[in-house]
Amino acid sequence: MCNCGSEEKKNALLPQVGVITDIRQETPDVKTFRIVKPDGTKLFEHMPGQCAMLCVPGVGEGMFSITSSPTNKEYQEFSIKECGVLTTYLHNMEVGDEILVRGPYGNHFPVETVLKGQNLLFIAGGIGLAPLRSVINYVLDNREDYGTVDIVYGSRSADDLVQLKEIQEKWMNAKDTKVHLTIDREQEGWDGHVGFVPNYVKELNMSTDKVALICGPPIMIKFTLQGLQEVGFDKTQVYTTLELRMKCGVGKCGRCNIGSKYVCKDGPVFRCDEIDELPNEY
Amino acid sequence: MYKIKKEQLSALLETVGRNMDLYLPVNNNGKTNFGIWTEDARVDLETLKTVKSPKDAFFPQSEVLYSCYKDAKKTEITPQELVSRDFVIFGVRPCDVRAFEVLDRVFLAEPADTYYAARREHGIVVSLACHEPEESCFCKVFGIDAAAPEGDVAMWAVNDTYCMEARTEKGEKFLELVKEYLEPAGDEESAAVTAEQEAIREIIEKLPYSHLSLEGWDGNATKERFDDPRWKELSDACLACGTCTFSCPTCQCYDIKDFNTGHGVQRYRCWDSCMYSDFTLMAHGNNRTTQLQRFRQRFMHKLVYYPANNDGMYSCVGCGRCVEKCPQGLNIVKVIKRMGGSK
Repeated sequence: MCNCGSEEKKNALLPQVGVITDIRQETPDVKTFRIVKPDGTKLFEHMPGQCAMLCVPGVGEGMFSITSSPTNKEYQEFSIKECGVLTTYLHNMEVGDEILVRGPYGNHFPVETVLKGQNLLFIAGGIGLAPLRSVINYVLDNREDYGTVDIVYGSRSADDLVQLKEIQEKWMNAKDTKVHLTIDREQEGWDGHVGFVPNYVKELNMSTDKVALICGPPIMIKFTLQGLQEVGFDKTQVYTTLELRMKCGVGKCGRCNIGSKYVCKDGPVFRCDEIDELPNEY
Repeated sequence: MYKIKKEQLSALLETVGRNMDLYLPVNNNGKTNFGIWTEDARVDLETLKTVKSPKDAFFPQSEVLYSCYKDAKKTEITPQELVSRDFVIFGVRPCDVRAFEVLDRVFLAEPADTYYAARREHGIVVSLACHEPEESCFCKVFGIDAAAPEGDVAMWAVNDTYCMEARTEKGEKFLELVKEYLEPAGDEESAAVTAEQEAIREIIEKLPYSHLSLEGWDGNATKERFDDPRWKELSDACLACGTCTFSCPTCQCYDIKDFNTGHGVQRYRCWDSCMYSDFTLMAHGNNRTTQLQRFRQRFMHKLVYYPANNDGMYSCVGCGRCVEKCPQGLNIVKVIKRMGGSK
C-alpha cells in the first residue's frame, strides 16, 4: 500500500473505536468477539497471522491474534481465553459495548508466496487454533491456489475445542481437506481420537511433501516440531508463532525483544529454522 | 565561528528563554539536571554529568498519548497535542548528543513514533565540548570525540568566552536569533579552540576506560555471548533497582499505562526497565524469570542486538552514569572487560 502523498502519517499508538457486534461462547473459558467500526464497516485490512491491540481504557491493553480471515469483508474476530485482568473484563463485556482497537501489527503467514500451491498441514492446540483459523479460512476461500489440507487440532477435552461448528460444517466438508481432532483424555460421548497432539501427529505418519503451520502452547510446539523432524520434515518446512509480552506493537517499547528481533514487528510468524538463530529465551 | 563573553551568556539565555522553551543544566539542591530555564534558575554549565541524561527533552519520563472519555456507551479519543513550537536544549555533552542518534534509530524507524518525531523536528541541540572529561568517561570507545561535539550548534568553553559554531541549518537559525550577543571569533579564538580540543583529547587518552576493547562484542556474537557462563558472576549482585536504565541516555524501553483523571482516562507512556521482574510477565508466564536473564538482556541489547540492527552502532555512548551510580558497582565496563575478546 502506498503511504506517500498528502495523507497524514499514522500515529501507531493511537487506537480507533470499535463496537462488539457478536460474542460466541466457544468453550467454558474462550469467547469469540466480533468487532467493527461504529459505522458498521471493517476496522482495517489484515493478513492471516497478524495481531491487533485491544484496549479497555482504565483496565488495560493486550495483543491478540486476529482469528477471522482477510477474506471476510465485514468484520474482524478475536478468540480470547479468560486468563488475566483484561481478558476477564473482556469476557464480561456485552454486544454493543465499545472497545479501542489498534493495528494490525506484525508479519503474517506467507499465504501469497511460499504457501501457494503447497500441501498444507495445520497443527493447533487449544486456543492456538485462533491464528491458524485465519489462515485455514483464507486457504479454503482460495481453495484452487493450494494443494491438500490436513488439520490436526487437539484440546484438553471435547468441551475445549474452539470453533467446533465451523470445523464440522465448513472444514470437514471442504475439498481435499481432512480434519483430525483429538482430546487429551477419554471422555464420555467422544468417539474420536484420544491423545496429545505431538503423538497424534506422529501416528498420522504424514508424507513430508507439505508445509506445516503449528500453533499452541510452547510445550506442544516443541514436541510437535520434534515429532515432525522424526518423520522427515525439515525445519524450513515448518512455521510457527512466538508470543512475548508487548506494549507498543511497533518494535520500540522493548518488551518482546528477543535477539535482534522484535516479535511484534518481525514476528509473530517465524520459520522454525529462524527461531534456532534466536537466543533460547522464549 | 562566533564568541560570547561568559558573563554575557545569561543575557543570551534570557532572550532564548523568553522566546521559546529552553532546557539546560540547572542546579537544584546541589544536583544538576536538565530543566526549563526560568529567571531564577541556577544555570550550571560546569558540571560535566547531569544526574539524569537529557533524553527527557525528546523522550520524556512520562507523557500522555491520548485522552479517552466515555459518555454512556460512546467512547471519544482525543490525541495529545504534539509539540509544534521550536525549543532549545542547551549545553548537551557530546556523548548525550550521540545518544539522541541512538534513540532516533529506534523511534524514527518505520513506523516513526509521532510524539518523538515532533519533538525531534522542533528541538535545536546546542552541544558543549567536555572541558574536563572524568574518570568514569569512556566515550572514545564508541568513537565519540568529546572535543568535537555534534548537534545543531557546537560550543567550546575557552578562557572567559564560549565559542559557538553552527553545524546545521537549524543551528544557523539559532545563532541568528541571538546574534546581538555574539561577535565573530577571530584567529585568536580559533587557536584557543584548537588548543582546548588538544587538551581535551590529551585528558581522554589518559582516562582508565578510554582504551577498552570491544573485541568479541558485535551484532554477530549472539550465541557465544549469550551462552557465556560469566553472566552468573557478573549479575549475582544485581538488585534490579533499575538505576542504570533510568540514568542511561540510550535506554528506550517504555510502558503504557492508564491514569484515571476522575472524568476520563489518560493513556500515558513512561520509562520502564528491562531489569524489572514484571517487564516480560504475561498472564501465562514469563520468559525471563531470573535476574541473570534480565541483566544479560540489557547488555546483550546494547552490545549485540542493537548493533545487529543498526549497522554495527552500539547502544552505549560511554557517558559513565551507570558506572557512577550502580549501588552494587556493576556496570557495562565490567561486562565488556570480563567477556570481551574471549573466545
